[in-house]
Amino acid sequence: MKKIYLDYAATSPVDPSVVKAMLPYLTDKFGNTMSLHSFGQEAKIALEKSREVVANLIGAKPNEIIFTGSATESNNMVLKGLPVGRQGIKGNPAHLAGRHIIISSIEHPCIIETAEWLEKKGVKVTRIPVDKKGLINPLDIEKAITKDTTLVSIIHGSNEIGTIQPIEEIGKICKKHNVYFHTDAVQTFGKVPIDIANIDLLTASSHKICGPKGVACLFIKEGVGIEPLLHGGGQENGLRSSTVNVAGVVGFAKACQLCAEEREKEGLRLTKLRDKIIKNVLKIDKAYLTGHNKKRLPNNASFIFSFIEGESLAIQLDLNGIAVSTGSACSSMKLEPNHVLLATGLKPAEAHGSLRVSLGRWTTEEDIDQLIKILPGIVNKLREISPYGK
Amino acid sequence: MESNTYSSGVIRHFQHPHNYGKINNADGIGIVGNVVCGDEMRLYIKVEDDIIKDVKFETFGCVAAISTSSVVTDLAKGKRIKDALKITNSKILKELGGLPLIKIHCSLLAVDALYEAIYDYLSKNKKKIPEKVQKKHNQLKRA
Repeated sequence: MKKIYLDYAATSPVDPSVVKAMLPYLTDKFGNTMSLHSFGQEAKIALEKSREVVANLIGAKPNEIIFTGSATESNNMVLKGLPVGRQGIKGNPAHLAGRHIIISSIEHPCIIETAEWLEKKGVKVTRIPVDKKGLINPLDIEKAITKDTTLVSIIHGSNEIGTIQPIEEIGKICKKHNVYFHTDAVQTFGKVPIDIANIDLLTASSHKICGPKGVACLFIKEGVGIEPLLHGGGQENGLRSSTVNVAGVVGFAKACQLCAEEREKEGLRLTKLRDKIIKNVLKIDKAYLTGHNKKRLPNNASFIFSFIEGESLAIQLDLNGIAVSTGSACSSMKLEPNHVLLATGLKPAEAHGSLRVSLGRWTTEEDIDQLIKILPGIVNKLREISPYGK
Repeated sequence: MESNTYSSGVIRHFQHPHNYGKINNADGIGIVGNVVCGDEMRLYIKVEDDIIKDVKFETFGCVAAISTSSVVTDLAKGKRIKDALKITNSKILKELGGLPLIKIHCSLLAVDALYEAIYDYLSKNKKKIPEKVQKKHNQLKRA
C-alpha cells in the first residue's frame, strides 16, 4: 500500500537538495565556528552566509537573525527574555512582577505554557479571544494594552485550524502604543509573504519547510533589548550560547532558498489542492470546516465531523495509508480537547471529532483524490458504530 | 518512555469490531461515559434463561474504546449472568494484548457498561441484584 503523508503542519521530509547541502558540514567541514583555524573559519563563513539567506526570506538584516534549536526555544526566549518593554518599566528591570504581556487564546503550547509559567512568577497575562473562524479582532488587543504591557505575542498562521491573523494591523497598534510585537510564524514562514515593517520579533522553524529538525531562528529587530536563555560561550552575538549546529543551519538556509524560489507557484498549487479537499469533504453529511475559509494557510484543511471521535478517524485513515492529525482529547496526553478548537466556540463533544489535513511539497493531486475517495466510507463506518447520528 | 502505539490485537478489533449495533428490544441497556469526555459506550443485552443470548454495543470514542467494547461483547456472549459478572478489566486487557497506559480507563468503561446492562436487566425484572453490581451502579450514579 502506498503511504500518503498529509501532516506537513507537524513536520516535513528534508528536501534531497537540503541533505546534499548539509552533508559536507557533517563530515569534511565539521569545524566549530568559534575556532581560529581554517576549519573554524570555514564553518563561520557558512554560518554567516546562511544567516543572510534566512534573513533575505523576510527582508531582514542578517544581524537581526539568531539561530536557535527549535521554535519552542525561540518562543520561550521572547517571553522570558524581554524583562522590559520598549519604553522600559520603572524599578528593577529584571523583576517580573508588574509586567504585562498579551497573547491569544489560540497560541501554540510553547507560548501558552510559557505564559502560564510567567504568570506564576507574577507576570500579568491577557489572552485575547478569537471568533468562530479563529480570527482575532486587533481592536481587542488595543483595548488590552496598559502602561505595564511589554509584549504582544500573536501566532501568525494557526497550526490547528489554519487561520491567518492580521499581523500587519496588530503590529501597527503595538507600534503606536510603544509595545513590542512578536509573532510565531512557524506555519507561515516560507509559505506566506510576511511584512516585517511593524514586527519586532518573529519565530520560524526549519523542519516545517523541508529543512532538518533541531534548528530554528528568531528575528530580533535592531534595537530590541532581549536577554538570552542560554549563557555560555557567547555565540549568536551573546544571545544563544551553544556550539553552532552548522550543518543544521546550512540546511535551514537551503530550505529557505527553495521556498524563496518556489513560494508563489507552490502557494497557488497547494491552495488549489486545499480547496479541492474542502469542497469534497464538506459534501459529507455533518462535516464542517474549522478556521477561516479565506484567511487561511495554503496548505491547511481542517474539519470536524459530528458523532465520531478524531483519534478513531485518524487511526482508521492511517490503517488505509493516509497520515493526518486530530485535535481530539483521546489523541492528547492530557485527554483534553484541543484548546484552539474550544477557543473558536466549539463544545468539547464537537471538538472530539476533529481532523487536520496539511499539505506540502510532495503532495500530489492523486494523494488528495485518494483521501477524498476513502474518507466518506471511514466516517460512515465509525458513525455506524456510534450511538449518535442515526 | 511509555509507548503510545496500539497492539495488533487492539487494531484487529478496531478495524473489524464484533457485535456492534443496537438491539431494539433489549432486556438490559448499560450507558456509561459521556460525550464531553470523549467516549460513550452503550451496551445492549438480550437474556433468556439467565443466559446472555445476544449482546451488541454502540460506542462514540477512540480506538481503545471501540476495541474494548468489541472484546467485552465477545466475552459476555453466551455466558450466564453470574459468569458474565466475572469479566474483569484485566481479562479485557489480556484479550487485547494490552493498552497504552493512558488508555487503560477505556477498558474500565467496557466492564462498567456490561455491569450497567446487567443491572438494568435485573432491576427491570425485579430480580435480586448482587452486591457488587449494586455497588458499581451506585458509584457510577454518583460520578
